[in-house]
Amino acid sequence: MNIVLIDYGAGNTKSVQFACNRLGYDPIVSSRAEIIKAADKVIFPGVGHASNAMSRLQTSGLDLLIPTLKQPVLGICLGMQLLCNATEEGATKGLGIFDVQVKRFSDEVKVPQMGWNKISNLKTNLFMGLRNNAYMYLVHSYYAELCDDTIAQTHYGVTYSSALKKNNFYGVQFHPEKSSLEGEHVLRNFLNL
Amino acid sequence: MLTKRIIPCLDIKNGRTVKGVNFVNLIDAGDPVALAKQYAEKGADELVFLDISATLEGRKTTLEMVLKVAEQVNIPFTVGGGISSVEDVDLLLKSGADKVSINSSAVKRPELINELADKFGSQCVVVAIDAKQIDNQWIVHLAGGSIPTELDLFEWAKEVETRGAGEILFTSMDHDGTKDGFANESLSKLSTTLNIPIIASGGAGTIQHFVDTFQIGKSDAALAASVFHFGEIEIEDLKEALKKNNIEVRI
Repeated sequence: MNIVLIDYGAGNTKSVQFACNRLGYDPIVSSRAEIIKAADKVIFPGVGHASNAMSRLQTSGLDLLIPTLKQPVLGICLGMQLLCNATEEGATKGLGIFDVQVKRFSDEVKVPQMGWNKISNLKTNLFMGLRNNAYMYLVHSYYAELCDDTIAQTHYGVTYSSALKKNNFYGVQFHPEKSSLEGEHVLRNFLNL
Repeated sequence: MLTKRIIPCLDIKNGRTVKGVNFVNLIDAGDPVALAKQYAEKGADELVFLDISATLEGRKTTLEMVLKVAEQVNIPFTVGGGISSVEDVDLLLKSGADKVSINSSAVKRPELINELADKFGSQCVVVAIDAKQIDNQWIVHLAGGSIPTELDLFEWAKEVETRGAGEILFTSMDHDGTKDGFANESLSKLSTTLNIPIIASGGAGTIQHFVDTFQIGKSDAALAASVFHFGEIEIEDLKEALKKNNIEVRI
């Protein structure tokens, strides 16, 4: 299987790459349109600041390419947030795949949320075979609200979308590559779609 | 609910695990990659590697170790020790570290915290603070607790948060190595006055000490070394006990 990790200088591609290796896959890390277009599965990671990440996407033209992809695409963490309409982080406009806003956690909770939290109300094959309330590793200060595209939810001060799906696009707020065996289970499910 | 985290800490010198008691008398406790994998399987929530290598070669060996850990371990890990620039951090993150921990370099040049938070995001910037009480005031110390600074723990912690740290790792030098419990009074003060997670470090000896640091110290995570390395506390037993005390943990 031809798996491509999108490399745009704002993602910890190494960890995702290693997690795919542990599952027996050998992904390609690339920023080139023709390679990404030819992939069977595309993974879109992201860490850091939303507006920096978005301007990097724009510089490389990936902001136009990603929404046209037809194969299964998995956005991870900031990657998921960039697939939403817009995020409060740096008032950044997103790629608009998921019809939802990304907001900052209120100061009633510690920000960033850092650590393991439960995901529940699991929907779609992405979570096939996974227990409800599985623990996943999350590190983030901004969250996507609940919406029609929500396929998993988590509570931290508010109940929010910890996973989203629309057509061939999936997004997870948690880090499957860092969430022990259950995270690897989700990643394997995605690669098996 | 977000769980409380249990974090084994591995001191690394020239690619090997060591742990000091009160930071002296180093004892070899195994191969870091094998140890890390074992901890991940036993239910550790995160790992911290503290590089105490003094030489450039030693630090290069650590970088190779980071890459091996990232390859084989499926939980997050932090690397600290001797980090003083954006370039150092870039190399570690590119080798697969999830977070870095800075200590003396932040005291010497606090702007480093801003630079790292701006470039890599707050989520990967842990500021480690070592402090001990002198005349009833908690004073920040450098170089493993040997050099006192002018800084007050609580003022420095606030500044660190304001500059963009994502987390604080607080080690009480008065408690470290004593196995007599964590510095819960000051941990609780840090945790309630700041709005970023606080990792408790120094003093773990019994399971009850962990219960106390979560319930009394209001810590978000607890870090320990020798009690885990020498099998005095098994992580499975610890987590079961925390759960019985109604502390949310990942099992």
